[in-house]
Amino acid sequence: MNKHWRTEQDQDGIIWLHFDQADSSTNVLTIEALDELDAQLGEIEQANPAGLIICSDKSSGFIAGADVKAFSRITETEEAKKQILQAHRIFDRVEKLACPTVAMIHGFSLGGGTELALACRYRVCCDDPTTRIGLPEVRLGIFPGFGGTVRSTQLIGHLPALNMMLTGRALSGTAARRVGLVDMSVPKRQLKVAAHHLIITKPKPHRPTWQQKLPGNGLLRPLVSHFLKKQVAKQANPAHYPAPYALIKHWTKYANNRKAMFASEAEEVAKLISSDTAQNLIRIFLLQEQLKAEGRKSDFKAKHVHVIGGGIMGGDIAAWCALQGMQVTLQDRAPEFLSQAMGRAHSLFKKKLKKPLLVRDALDRIMPDCKATGVPKADVVIEAIFEDVEAKQALYAQLEPRLKKSALLCTNTSSIPLEILNKTLKNPERLVGLHFFNPVAKMQLVEIVSANNTDQNAARQAAAFAKQIGRLPLPVKSSPGFLVNRILMPYLLEAIVLLDSGVPGSVIDQAATDFGMPMGPVELADTVGLDICLAVADKLAESLPIDVPERLRSTVSEGKLGHKSGQGFYLYTKGRAQKPAVTEGANVLPELADRMIMCMLNEAVACLREEIVLDANLLDAGVVFGTGFAPFRGGPMHYIAHEQSEIMQQRIKAFGEKADAGWTGVMDG
Amino acid sequence: MVSAKTNLKGRAVYVVDGGRTPFLRAMGPPGSFHASDLAVQAGRHLLARQPFEPDALDEVILGCVASGPNEANIARIVALRLGCGEQVPAWTVQRNCASAMQSLDCAATNIASGRSDLVLAGGTEAMSRHPILLNDQMVTWLAGWNKARSATSTMQHLAHLRPAYVKPIITLLCGLSDPVVGLSMGQTAEELAWKFNISREEMDSYAAQSHQRLAAAQAAGHLSEIESLYAPDGTLYTTDEGLRTDTTAEKLSRLKPFFDRTVGKVTAGNSSQITDGAALLLLASSAAVKKYKLPVLGRIVDCQWAGLNPAHMGLGPVHAMAPLLQRHALSTADIDYWEINEAFAVQVLACMKAWTDSDYCREHLNQDHPFDPIDMARLNIDGGGISIGHPVGTSGTRIVLHLLNILARENAHRGIASLCIGGGQGGAILVDRQGEK
Repeated sequence: MNKHWRTEQDQDGIIWLHFDQADSSTNVLTIEALDELDAQLGEIEQANPAGLIICSDKSSGFIAGADVKAFSRITETEEAKKQILQAHRIFDRVEKLACPTVAMIHGFSLGGGTELALACRYRVCCDDPTTRIGLPEVRLGIFPGFGGTVRSTQLIGHLPALNMMLTGRALSGTAARRVGLVDMSVPKRQLKVAAHHLIITKPKPHRPTWQQKLPGNGLLRPLVSHFLKKQVAKQANPAHYPAPYALIKHWTKYANNRKAMFASEAEEVAKLISSDTAQNLIRIFLLQEQLKAEGRKSDFKAKHVHVIGGGIMGGDIAAWCALQGMQVTLQDRAPEFLSQAMGRAHSLFKKKLKKPLLVRDALDRIMPDCKATGVPKADVVIEAIFEDVEAKQALYAQLEPRLKKSALLCTNTSSIPLEILNKTLKNPERLVGLHFFNPVAKMQLVEIVSANNTDQNAARQAAAFAKQIGRLPLPVKSSPGFLVNRILMPYLLEAIVLLDSGVPGSVIDQAATDFGMPMGPVELADTVGLDICLAVADKLAESLPIDVPERLRSTVSEGKLGHKSGQGFYLYTKGRAQKPAVTEGANVLPELADRMIMCMLNEAVACLREEIVLDANLLDAGVVFGTGFAPFRGGPMHYIAHEQSEIMQQRIKAFGEKADAGWTGVMDG
Repeated sequence: MVSAKTNLKGRAVYVVDGGRTPFLRAMGPPGSFHASDLAVQAGRHLLARQPFEPDALDEVILGCVASGPNEANIARIVALRLGCGEQVPAWTVQRNCASAMQSLDCAATNIASGRSDLVLAGGTEAMSRHPILLNDQMVTWLAGWNKARSATSTMQHLAHLRPAYVKPIITLLCGLSDPVVGLSMGQTAEELAWKFNISREEMDSYAAQSHQRLAAAQAAGHLSEIESLYAPDGTLYTTDEGLRTDTTAEKLSRLKPFFDRTVGKVTAGNSSQITDGAALLLLASSAAVKKYKLPVLGRIVDCQWAGLNPAHMGLGPVHAMAPLLQRHALSTADIDYWEINEAFAVQVLACMKAWTDSDYCREHLNQDHPFDPIDMARLNIDGGGISIGHPVGTSGTRIVLHLLNILARENAHRGIASLCIGGGQGGAILVDRQGEK
């Protein structure tokens, strides 16, 4: 009967309600778990205890939220609404319990989990860095639907609550205490004592100050709403991401009217959840889980990573590994080549870790190592030197005899086929491609590259390593450009062709961002570095039917390399691109976007046909996490399949006739 | 076998490896590195190249004259930060300028006696970060401030604040003064100049030579024991900052006397430089050398400490070296190379005079005939504290490490490293290159 919840009563008559979901390492509020909670609440009402403490038995955290997998099966608005109202009823039952109630939080508490905690009279959490309390629903294209919009605004005030819900950002224990989301944030050793203390002493529950209540005033709300919309517009285009705007509207209309707000929440969230945007974002969320699963296929665990190459990529990979707790040695020819990398590592640690002691520990974990002393002790060796076959092969010849037998040998090459690089190794099968993207600290994807003769166990270990350092591994076949660069390059080159034909860069970029790309292709090329774009394009042109535009070559030879040199296709002042506002040609924007995106889609289909990745889902995941391809469109293959195929076919056909080069017409697959 | 006539009774003590940071000039604002940061950066490369994991160490012993306010028992902090693990004990020793020789002596004694097999020992000092304290009047005033409750009593108390209260106590300067005889270290150097009638020209010429020797050693790549320092802001330090390649005796002669103002002879130019730096050695028993197949750089044969008049503390090396030679029946010529820490040019020169002075030898060193003179071409051949710098808690290890490197380079056999100690002491270590048998 009790599969997921378990109760025990202590000597003070307090009932401890433990959530320990069967067959799962994390707690998720599935329909079954919610129904069982409902039944438990019935018994608790009967028992009339001195208090109720809800806690989790999972080491990872409190509750990860509602069941996102089930979301993806909801297509009917009415069905969604029914489920939401059911959750409303159960949480209401928690809130109405006669005894004091406490949610005892450790680790993550997200979405529905946080909403359940909000239904309790008090909340305590652990003050260690693993505690993350948030309402991230907006990232899935919805907003909190289990009473979160009502209870959060009432508990901590309108603006702090809206800030949490609109950004989806999770709070640390200390931050949660500061805004009043939890009543106490204590060391782990005091967590149970604190929960017990709240039940026994029954302090007055937290309420917002009058200043915090003020923005909810009916007369001020339209003004606040205007201000909020302006803030959100900086981050999200309303055409692409309707959820935050729907939340603002919902709040503006019903804030401070509890009953109506609950009703509107059920109505609005049900509508959003069945929308394409939410379904696509949920799809991306699940794809992310699928990539993580690629990292679970081996139980390989690394402790010491040795990185060779103190440039931007090598240095940043090393810093990221140290941030994630690895012991790192970073090798280059002389200290001069490493000092900048150490400086960047320090900036990263300061930004991410904040506390001086943690920053110091991270710095102690990364050691500049010009004498390559780290090689024999390393579990993973990552080569990230310049793209030169002979230099890399010469390096491997030095490395191979010194490696630990169990060590993983990886290359961060972005353009040289693995079967060429591994040719001179004694054990060619042990070299795996571990292709990171720039900037390493932001780009979640890592391509795990295998040649035909690569040991698949080593590839699985590399994927496990990527997961260990908090990145998403995508297994790909060794082939020019692998997946991401190959799909990205035709799109960038098409943009340069457009630029050359006289379309202003700002118009091209606007067209791409209107489609949903995070950054326009012209600015992206400048950011990556035009010299690097040219090198990759030339490399790809050796084996793929692409023409490298003359404009790119000439710009590079003029010494305009993009952001880093102060001028590329744009001029940079104070590190920002000087873009004229787009006024004319707004009506041709969709057509421009089509032209560029089609290049991507075309290449995506070709990659799938050549089995660069295993299936369309992995391809979509790779392109979304590797290029930022409009997540709300669900990935390129999903876009092709769902963008009313006929229109797509027409556009492709029309495009094929118009385009002079590069179109290989493989959309029939 | 180690001679039975040694202070290190028991098993042989081997030096396996060592490393140090560049020495950074420390006048002005606090340097980029805390004392523990310096030791960590000196030690991590040393440990990384060993075939064993850092937790195989039996203990870590560091010398440090004055650590930062958050660095009590700095050796333990350094050990933990170096990844030696929770179970490796660590302790800190203080013997002023010889702190990092004291740590080697402690490590050697524990290895000789069989207590330890593998010890990381050395010293670290961030002189640029020696604490600056509030004076007693200020502390008294602050105690009263904390008690003031009402607005009036607060205002009244504020009115009692005097400008003199904010005059800080600079512990760096206190540390460089003798609290018993009331002389600054520079003034004890002036005492020696007077006692042995050493001229300003001799001092300046010795100081210029120190810079020339360091410059030559740098150019020849003889400072392989230096591990570059990486500051958090990306600044790189690869060499000792004290070196002035353009300096000459003539240029040095223009500097004003610093300690006995106007009429003295000791200047900032012919004194050691205030610097930040760390140096570490890995010491091992024969058992550890065999177990991990460690290379042997040399052997610590003996160690000697001596006391003398605090006003003549600069002669400490002579008092410590004499018993070493006497005990091992060695003459000056039996020692291939010498490192005598250059606290002051005049202090090294005074040691040379005392060493060969029959009266001094008879009265103070229990030596009927004076010692033969030390060949200046075998003393501090790659520069010393005047050019390299003298981070007080570090130099003892630096000179032993560098002496062993010189012996290896010159294929020589035996050497002595010695330093004078504020407060009137001397310390000396006898090393040789006999390998593990």
